[in-house]
Amino acid sequence: MLTDLTIAQAADGLRKKDFSAVELTLAHTTAIEALNGRLNAYITPMPDKALDAATKADAALAVGEAPVLTGIPLGVKDLFCTDGVKTTAASKILANFIPPYESTVTAKLLKNGAIFLGKTNLDEFAMGSANLTSAFGEVENPWHRANDPSPLVPGGSSGGSAAAVAAHLAMGATGTDTGGSIRQPAAYCGIVGLKPTYGRCSRWGTIAFASSLDQAGPMTRTVEDAAIMLGAMAGHDPKDSTSANLPVPDYRAACGRSLKGLRVGIPAEYRASGMSEEILAVWQKGIDMLREAGCEIVDVSLPHTKYGLATYYIIAPAECSSNLARYDGVRFGVRAEGATSLDEMYEKTRHDGFGEEVRRRILVGTYVLSAGYYDAYYLKAQKVRTLIRRDFTEAFEKVDVLLTPTAPTAAFRRDEKPVDPVQMYLNDVFTVPASMAGQPGMSLPIGLDSQGLPLGLQLIGRHFDEETLIAVGSGLEKAAGFTARPDLRAGADA
Amino acid sequence: MTYTLEGNTGIWEIVVGLEVHAQVISQSKLFSGASTLFGGEPNSHVSLIDAGFPGMLPVINQECVRQAVRTGLGLKAHINLESRFDRKNYFYADLPTGYQISQFEHPIIGTGIVLIELSDGSTREIGITRLHLEQDAGKLMHDQDPKRSFVDLNRAGVALMEIVSEPDIRSPEEAGAYLRKLRQILRYLGTCDGNMEEGSMRADVNVSVRKAGEPFRTRCEIKNVNSIRFVMQAIEIEATRQIEIWEAGGEVDQETRLFDPNKGETRSLRSKEDAHDYRYFPDPDLLPLVIEQDWVDQLKQTLPELPDEKRARFQQEYGITAYDAGVLVAEQPTADFYERVAKGRDGKSASAWVTGDFFAALNRTGKSIEESPVSSENLGAMLDLIADGTINGKIAKDVLETMFETGEAPLEIVERKGLRQVTDTGALETAADDIITKHADKVAEYRGGKDKLFGFFVGQMMKATGGKANPAIVNDILRKKLDA
Repeated sequence: MLTDLTIAQAADGLRKKDFSAVELTLAHTTAIEALNGRLNAYITPMPDKALDAATKADAALAVGEAPVLTGIPLGVKDLFCTDGVKTTAASKILANFIPPYESTVTAKLLKNGAIFLGKTNLDEFAMGSANLTSAFGEVENPWHRANDPSPLVPGGSSGGSAAAVAAHLAMGATGTDTGGSIRQPAAYCGIVGLKPTYGRCSRWGTIAFASSLDQAGPMTRTVEDAAIMLGAMAGHDPKDSTSANLPVPDYRAACGRSLKGLRVGIPAEYRASGMSEEILAVWQKGIDMLREAGCEIVDVSLPHTKYGLATYYIIAPAECSSNLARYDGVRFGVRAEGATSLDEMYEKTRHDGFGEEVRRRILVGTYVLSAGYYDAYYLKAQKVRTLIRRDFTEAFEKVDVLLTPTAPTAAFRRDEKPVDPVQMYLNDVFTVPASMAGQPGMSLPIGLDSQGLPLGLQLIGRHFDEETLIAVGSGLEKAAGFTARPDLRAGADA
Repeated sequence: MTYTLEGNTGIWEIVVGLEVHAQVISQSKLFSGASTLFGGEPNSHVSLIDAGFPGMLPVINQECVRQAVRTGLGLKAHINLESRFDRKNYFYADLPTGYQISQFEHPIIGTGIVLIELSDGSTREIGITRLHLEQDAGKLMHDQDPKRSFVDLNRAGVALMEIVSEPDIRSPEEAGAYLRKLRQILRYLGTCDGNMEEGSMRADVNVSVRKAGEPFRTRCEIKNVNSIRFVMQAIEIEATRQIEIWEAGGEVDQETRLFDPNKGETRSLRSKEDAHDYRYFPDPDLLPLVIEQDWVDQLKQTLPELPDEKRARFQQEYGITAYDAGVLVAEQPTADFYERVAKGRDGKSASAWVTGDFFAALNRTGKSIEESPVSSENLGAMLDLIADGTINGKIAKDVLETMFETGEAPLEIVERKGLRQVTDTGALETAADDIITKHADKVAEYRGGKDKLFGFFVGQMMKATGGKANPAIVNDILRKKLDA
């Protein structure tokens, strides 16, 4: 089936004229039509636009010299502004927002020939770890526990992208990662998710959650596909002052690179108490595979790991409380009716427009920045952040890459969702520290747990050394031989 | 000259500090490429960044940084090679992002100095605390619709320099002198047009009062005063209000007030308790602003001559009084005009003509110096005609008059109207003889000791020659003939 192909395979097939871009796209739009009603991975499917683009892609392929992603159908997280296409951030407040501009990342993908199948679902404003906070409904994980058809969460916030890629409703998708929003759903859905170094991909045109942390990245079914997509997304953007002015290497060339002599760090602090035996086992499996591949395994310490979550849940809400102030009903988006004063209009618009979790984070962020609390919370958190960053700098003096679990559990059932929001935040415990330090991180599937759900491991690299992540990732991928597929996917017997 | 106010309990001193918002002269806004032109159709100079659209990011405009540094240099201030932008968070419909990007903890410019001149000729130094860059907000329009307000974002995001003075100012006069001097420096630098009517320069005025020798008492801030005259009025009115409160046994509340020039009063806008909590924090969309000392040095070298230096040089180079030099350097175009006239000529005479008849004619015709029909070259040429005896001073006044009307060169006018000075001694002696004959009685009186009548004879000579006689020759001839 065309939907089973990887990006690399499809790019090959398109050039060999085994099939056309229209056929490839149609296979995906048909699958979306069949499955999206249940999975809810896409908020806005765009089948007509996709087919138009596919026709053009075929023309380009016929002429030759088509760029790398020509004719490849992708999903776009509905946090990237897309010119003329509704962009909601999964929030009621932007339910009617059609940007007149294209984000830098999606513009680069389009320039590289990609076809957009639609805008994928997410936690509202990317705030959540289970895709339960979208104003446009929950996303269902295409995986299910053996003998238990109850819907599982796909992780978050890029849960729609993860589910779409896992269910073969897209060959790849863009995600964004603030505290784990690419890596954790990738682990829950058994796919590859790569969060590049902060500054590697432009943030221009991507709806901001926490500006000092947000980073776009690819979500794919193979490491090689992630390398191909990242190459098309990354690069300096003068419109984003925090984007790095560095050349973009040939990421794909890093796939399959020898791992001999590479030093892999195993951080002691990630052996959190209460972690399941199965997670520990898959971690050990990863360690063994890398040792087998000729890596040197080194025990390292990241002593400030335990402060990561607390620090993150000060800094991210602080930034979001300010970033989301622009959703006030004055210039765009939804405005609440019936207010008789400006303040009342703000209150009604923002109360009605934002969901509970977004409101909670705005309140927390407003609080930690308030006079009298700023020093105790925000300033202190910034200091701890510096210490966390230093932990990584020191670790990378000894090792080339770190290997950890991506998340403390496999995907859980919707009805197992913790009642206490802080419990929910614990899902990010392994992904948040790398985000705080701006390190690149990648999650890839290694095996299944006893209930048949995928488990992922996380690789963390040096700043701007995504190549090592890709090299080690592709080695691990080969060794793990993860070929399991979810029961809900394009072409599968439902 | 100490300024004080007299209350029932004695003498009060006033303490004033000013926060001036000066719009930076630049093509585009502080963090976007939108134009800064004043007065377009509403919302015609607005980028997606200015309007706070989702995913839009600010990028610092180097030109605004350059202008801020040049202003800092002009204020003889410390330039901070590393500064930072912070977000000042508050909700208002004219603030699209819900925060203003400003510099809170680490401004680009540190302490500096402004030298002010007072009417009694004395000077004082007013300290500058800091200068920082920030964005302007948009404008709300409440008069377009009975029920709704409209927003014009043309000004949103335009770069402002907030220039904060130390509480060094002690009188309304000093406040006025400070604002005029600051505006003069900004205009010389070309970093702000200083136009208070258009709002490109506005002042927040901090006022408190105290008895001699006391520490500072509670101050009030009067927001957004938009003319120098109003600033001076507001200070006196607010100081008087505070003295009345203190003397009645009350307590002045720290608050923000508005000045109403029509009613001649200040009134409370919001109290300290209602003050916004701006939740400042470093803007994560922007890196710290780092500039190089070499670049600062380069800017320093290319800075224009500033009023204080120019004034000193004019006094020294052209031998004119401090007062005249002050008048001439008040505006750069005037100083330049004067200097072109004075170059290679008698500086005092040039000063007298520029500040005298020339200014008077400009005033009379309501023209600025840039619009003057008399060019500096022509005014200089006129001075040359006086100097070489072609015309006398009296005729020169008439020639200047005609130059204003026609824009002609002075020599053309002199030739056309036949205004050359009469230096022909023969003709003048004949005229003198006629006058002596005609006014025999006056001659007798003069010779009888009525010296004052000499002027009468000079006048008759001038009348006879149509004012063109060379006064020195006339004097010689008359003395010779009358005193003989």
